[in-house]
Amino acid sequence: MTETNHFRRLMLLWLIASAIATPLVVVLLGPILPPGNGSVQASGHVTDNTVLLGMATPVFLLVVLYLIYAVLNFRQQSGAVLEGPAVRGDSRVQTAWIVITSIAVLSLAAYGTAELVGNGAGSGQGPNPASVPAGKKLQVQVIGQEWAFTYRYPSYGGVETPHLVLPVDTTVELHVTSLDVIHSFWAFQLGVKADANPGVDNVVFVKPTKQEAFSVRCAELCGIWHGYMFDTGHVVSAPAFKSWIAQQRSVFSPATHYLPPYSTTYNPEPTVRGS
Amino acid sequence: MSTSAAAIPAPAPLWRRLIGFNLLTAVALGVGGYYLGWVLGHQVTGASYYYQADVDENDVALLLAYVLGVIGFLIGLGFLNYPVARALGRPPSLREKEGHGWTRYLGLCTDHKVVGIQYLLGIGFFLFIAALNAMLIRVELLNPTPTAFGPNQYLSLVGMHGTMMMGMMTSGILGPFANYFVPLMIGARRMAFPRIEALTFWLLMAAGFILTSTVFFGGFPTGWTGYEPLNDQAVMGMDSYIIFFALVGVSMALLGLNMIATIVTMRAPGLTWSRLPIFVWSVFATSVLMVLAAPTLIATLLMAALDRTISTSFFITGGGGSSYLFENLFWFFGHPEVYVLALPGFGIVLELLPVFTRKPLWGYRLAVAGMLGVTLLSFFVWQHHLFVSGINADLRPFYMLSTEIISIPTGFIFLCVMGTLWRGRATYTVPMLFCIAWTFNFLIGGLSGVFLSDTPSDTDTHGTFFVMAHFHYTIVGGLVFAFFAAIYYWVPKMTGLRFNERLAKVHFWTMFIFFNTTFMPLFVLGMKGMPRRVVSYATNLVPLNRWVSINAFLLGLSMLVFVTNAVYSLVLVRRRAEQNPWRSKSLEWQTATPVPVNNFEKVPVIDSDPYDYGAPVGAHGVEPLPAGG
Repeated sequence: MTETNHFRRLMLLWLIASAIATPLVVVLLGPILPPGNGSVQASGHVTDNTVLLGMATPVFLLVVLYLIYAVLNFRQQSGAVLEGPAVRGDSRVQTAWIVITSIAVLSLAAYGTAELVGNGAGSGQGPNPASVPAGKKLQVQVIGQEWAFTYRYPSYGGVETPHLVLPVDTTVELHVTSLDVIHSFWAFQLGVKADANPGVDNVVFVKPTKQEAFSVRCAELCGIWHGYMFDTGHVVSAPAFKSWIAQQRSVFSPATHYLPPYSTTYNPEPTVRGS
Repeated sequence: MSTSAAAIPAPAPLWRRLIGFNLLTAVALGVGGYYLGWVLGHQVTGASYYYQADVDENDVALLLAYVLGVIGFLIGLGFLNYPVARALGRPPSLREKEGHGWTRYLGLCTDHKVVGIQYLLGIGFFLFIAALNAMLIRVELLNPTPTAFGPNQYLSLVGMHGTMMMGMMTSGILGPFANYFVPLMIGARRMAFPRIEALTFWLLMAAGFILTSTVFFGGFPTGWTGYEPLNDQAVMGMDSYIIFFALVGVSMALLGLNMIATIVTMRAPGLTWSRLPIFVWSVFATSVLMVLAAPTLIATLLMAALDRTISTSFFITGGGGSSYLFENLFWFFGHPEVYVLALPGFGIVLELLPVFTRKPLWGYRLAVAGMLGVTLLSFFVWQHHLFVSGINADLRPFYMLSTEIISIPTGFIFLCVMGTLWRGRATYTVPMLFCIAWTFNFLIGGLSGVFLSDTPSDTDTHGTFFVMAHFHYTIVGGLVFAFFAAIYYWVPKMTGLRFNERLAKVHFWTMFIFFNTTFMPLFVLGMKGMPRRVVSYATNLVPLNRWVSINAFLLGLSMLVFVTNAVYSLVLVRRRAEQNPWRSKSLEWQTATPVPVNNFEKVPVIDSDPYDYGAPVGAHGVEPLPAGG
């Protein structure tokens, strides 16, 4: 058996396997990939994950098929102690490998950047966001503290609510901050994650597209009750949001009176230091 | 007997070896130093010894106790004897406690072969403890609400598991195998700094016990990352973490320094850089990372300790500091550190493949370029851990690019593995099986890393079980599989004894299967929304979590198969290994077993690299290559 033969067989095997598996993975797995299509940002993640999975499948198959092929074919016959060919490299193969992997990697980075800069991809961008979606935005503040998130609506009298409700089809500008340690605000179905740092205003944009409940969890270890720092939020229609926020304003009006004025960050009193 | 061997001093009588400067005196002085520091700490802060709140909450006392305890421990082991002797005008000597009896394993010994075996046993012990912690974590995660442990115990278990693994295993391959085999592979008679070599081991052991002692001080809630300001809030158990990681940092930096000095200055005549065994190259690259990254960690932890004790505010936002500073400093160390864990694995696999395929290493220069490329790039990727943190959002495309570029040099290693397998005459011994499994595991680790390097995709998976699965594939699948390949390959040389082949194969197959059935579902769990380090999780994730727990227990049992094999083969049966069971052409296998104290009667002269396998193309027994092949 000659080397060309091995090479051709392997390449043929790989091409067939990739041609079958890659579309299957994209078509079957793509639609069920998290986080679903709860927001423009979340749908973007699904597309992104599908593309990455589609690119990873042939790479995975190449190495795994190669390993299986090598284990089955390139082995010592039982009892024999033969030497393999004394080949120390092949500059054409090496050059081709470097060129192909470089192209794949650079195009992935370019694709990721394009996905990111459009709408910020639902990840925290700090106080001076680089990717700002166009149009009118509803400002909502997310305040993390040990061990709950609360929310302030500055355009509705700065009312602070214990649960998050957002209107559908509206671009929301979330300002995430913390009063004590680092938390991370994670709205799973909305494809949003932004760290809540003490004294930092971390801005993240999201445009919910589906009226549904979404889970909110803390995604950064923040102390012993970190595992219990979760809640359920809701995306509702615009009229439903209007009536909900009006009701919240009236229910919490006594509390709002005692809150500090709305600010992008709050510096708590100097903490009890050390342990 | 050569002249250099005759230079070893005669053994002291046993009673002398038992009373002075051994593990017993070390423990005595260590405990003494601990209590001295405890008393000093209370004196300095003016805290009461009796008022319970003062005793339980005195960080100064505990930090001083740990530091003085370690100093006492090292003095007890005899690390001051030589400097004091030199200061008193005694003549210089290179060697301490070499060549005599089993007691040299229990103290300061400057023979690199003794230190290698000390490391293997010491690290094996802590690996076992940290793995038991993992079993307990999986016991708790059988149920979605706390059942076996409360939240505080759970977080302490998570923190101890992660910190111990990430700390001790930085030396997992360099400690035992580089210390033992680098001098043998480069034709040297010792390491460049034998006492520093011994010091790195005993520092690491002291660190391990200090981290374990955190259970007496309330544990620590931060996980292995120790993020501020939670770090500042935490109870005294956090001080154990700080001292542990600082000692690990010192040990790492010294180990790296020693390796670099040895490899640069002590190679045998003719052993040019282009003939250096690839494992030695990987040790060199790892050492560069250790020397450059570890000091950052030590400085960061010093600042954290000052924040906790004398109320500085390096990391306290209200006082002008920043929690971002800790995150950046930590990952400036932390990302090179994960390559400290991965690179030695590259070296082991590429070193072993030529032996078992009976072929030269394919693409030697490409492999070296891959390792050096990873080393260089690993210092430019750390902010990918902070993609959602809100710092430098406009730099994320850069960190995305640098992180994805690092897969190009990593790809070189895969090409070299595949090229070496190509038309080889492979024998699938146990070390070889571990190398093949490494390739599969690290492939999955690498491909999942591409998802994490992509900022939009990372938004979903950051801080979830997806990340956890990813780095277990690279560290367990990469480092620990390579570690076992090295054990099965080299322990016959280190001990002169052979493993039971059948038990070894059972160990391999159970470990490979249950490793994948444990960690593969974690990718799914992460994508379905399970965060890391939580004691309570959503009920729809219960079945998958139970599956993972059960498979994790089976993975734990597979480790017991290994322990059984080690005890059975190396302690009970003790069948002698052949002189060179793998027919390796590498220099370490050409020495006598057991290796003499001075390694080589005559320093060898090297005229080729150690991969002189294979018959010339067209020779008897080798298939002819087609034209142009």
